[in-house]
Amino acid sequence: MSQAELDKLIRSNYEAGFTTTVDAETLPPGLSEDVIRFLSAKKGEPEWMLEWRLDSYHKWLEMSSPDWAHLHHPPIDVNEVSFYSKPKSLDDAPKSLDEVDPELLATYEKLGIPLHEQEMLAGVAVDVVFDSTSVFTTFKEKLWEAGVIFCSISEAIQNHPELIKKYMGSVVPKGDNFYAALNSAVFSDGSFVYIPKGVRCPMELSTYFRINEANTGQFERTLIIADEGSYVSYLEGCTAPQRDENQLHAAVVELVALPGAEIKYSTVQNWYPGDENGKGGIYNFVTKRGVAHDNSKISWTQVETGSAITWKYPSVILRGDNSIGEFYSVALTRHMQQADTGTKMIHLGKNTKSTIISKGISAGRSSNTYRGLVRISPRAENARNFTQCDSLLLGDTCGAHTFPYIESKNPSATIEHEATTSKVSDDQMFLCRQRGIDPEKAVSMIVNGFCKEVFKELPMEFAVEAGKLLEVSLEGAVG
Amino acid sequence: MLEIRDLHATVADKPILKGLNLTVNPGEVHAIMGPNGSGKSTLANVLAGRDNYAITGGEALFEGSSLADLEPEERAQAGLFLAFQYPVEIPGVSNMEFLKAALESVRGAQGKEEWDSVTLLRQARAACKQVNLDASFLKRGVNEGFSGGEKKRNEIMQMLLMEPKLALLDETDSGLDIDALQTVAKGVNSLRSPERGIVLVTHYQRLLDYIVPDFVHVLSNGQIIKSGGKELAHELEEKGYGWLTGEEESA
Repeated sequence: MSQAELDKLIRSNYEAGFTTTVDAETLPPGLSEDVIRFLSAKKGEPEWMLEWRLDSYHKWLEMSSPDWAHLHHPPIDVNEVSFYSKPKSLDDAPKSLDEVDPELLATYEKLGIPLHEQEMLAGVAVDVVFDSTSVFTTFKEKLWEAGVIFCSISEAIQNHPELIKKYMGSVVPKGDNFYAALNSAVFSDGSFVYIPKGVRCPMELSTYFRINEANTGQFERTLIIADEGSYVSYLEGCTAPQRDENQLHAAVVELVALPGAEIKYSTVQNWYPGDENGKGGIYNFVTKRGVAHDNSKISWTQVETGSAITWKYPSVILRGDNSIGEFYSVALTRHMQQADTGTKMIHLGKNTKSTIISKGISAGRSSNTYRGLVRISPRAENARNFTQCDSLLLGDTCGAHTFPYIESKNPSATIEHEATTSKVSDDQMFLCRQRGIDPEKAVSMIVNGFCKEVFKELPMEFAVEAGKLLEVSLEGAVG
Repeated sequence: MLEIRDLHATVADKPILKGLNLTVNPGEVHAIMGPNGSGKSTLANVLAGRDNYAITGGEALFEGSSLADLEPEERAQAGLFLAFQYPVEIPGVSNMEFLKAALESVRGAQGKEEWDSVTLLRQARAACKQVNLDASFLKRGVNEGFSGGEKKRNEIMQMLLMEPKLALLDETDSGLDIDALQTVAKGVNSLRSPERGIVLVTHYQRLLDYIVPDFVHVLSNGQIIKSGGKELAHELEEKGYGWLTGEEESA
């Protein structure tokens, strides 16, 4: 297949790129103590929360943005970012869907996320975040019956301060890194989940993030606590309108798996990636980390197809003995997208086990980097890690890079690392076409096959979604 | 159904076929033989439309349309099937998924009734059985980790399902032991019909003991230099190619 054909194939439209017209209250760009006080006051937060934010802000002022990643972008000026935007219709929190602005409901319908419970996929509860604010959480009552708390982080601060005080910042400290500190100071909203002891959450929990307003940053914060012996599967989806400016997204996700608990966290990230000349797109700087206590398990699965820049390393601290950490990732870059993504598996406990499967697909003039750290501490007897990083190149103008870091301080550790780089070969394409399969379908089939090991980790309806998303991302006429 | 007139073709700009003529009518089985480098595989690949294999002169008509005007997938949809000499692996794409996409496209283009998944599975299992492949191969990635013989049988299995009008088999016998050869031959023979043309590209006469051709052609230096009946293959077996090409090479 020629470069020209490939180019056509990867030139496709971003289907979630529309804008919603809602009357919004948006703060002028810039960050200061006053902005944080305003934010906190708007949300009616308690004093301790404001203090926490201000402390984070002061830490952040001392920090500078990291420059070690394989990414190139102009310096990000936070004074051009608005830190708060909220549709006016949400001033009084809607109590039922009938009270939600129809414009907002229409937006989510258009994105294929109907919020009416009877129309939803059975067994998925959704929290919807629009710019800075949580719009609505479905199936709340049903979850209450099981003792599961699933609400926006703002509500949790009001209603469950003891859990917030105990766990927020316990996994990703306020001053962890530049973007985490920024998020800690200005986080707008996000989801909060608590699964009580021994409870298997009766449905998939899901949060859908949408950036709408121009020049607005989205700084959501998610905290999931799975108490002893509990289980939860959580899904996260993201889109944004097509805009010429770059927009900043700096989220923090913290997972706490108490002894014997299991958390499965899946992401399908489809922020606007920018156009083929690299204009516009989301700058996605995200800190995601989980702590796994004794006999617990944390599993990250991500399908990353969007954002102009992705800087993201969902990690697991294997603190408890016999704990398990997993990372399954598909990252697709095209046009001028840049991704520097991977994971950290920090083995502290005995008999801890981690698995990393990373699939990078690069097209256009994009750059796709896997960066992963496996660290075995001195007391982590019999720790095991298996890492597999595969890169697939579509065409010859893109780049794939792998930076594995392995630090083992315990001789009993078993660490395996495999890496491959391949191209969609002419022979594979010809076999498909000789069997009557058109080139577009053939590429998507070959790419989906390449990602199979990761897709099978996704919940069923998400796996279908992810497959389609790849197909759309690779869509385009073939001459 | 296949009409090749004075065909010239290049592979990566190097001339390989230099004025080839061949006519295949429905119901006929043709064997193309010849020494290594004579252009046998090139002919098969040119007809199927592989990249870098270009027609530079003459014409190849399939059911009246010029193959040069058709994309590879359009040729397949028109009923042309190539069993590959070296079937490639497509990791993670199951045989079944692959067959489904292929059959949907080809049956759709030919106006044949669409197979639902139950029918497809039943047909695929039957085809596997015919070539002695365990049905578990349907779940495995296309050719992924298959042995050489399994890959070849997988090609024939696909061919049985696709029911092509014209089947081109590119050295399907190479690398097969005698049992696998018989299995493959049985599969091909089951496809012989008055409506179907079959072209076997082979270096050895051995395959032709099991699939008896109506015509045998000897290809040398990009042209057919001799044509005859099945007895020509036996003559080649005895005498080698040297007496025809004027070179010392023997079969």
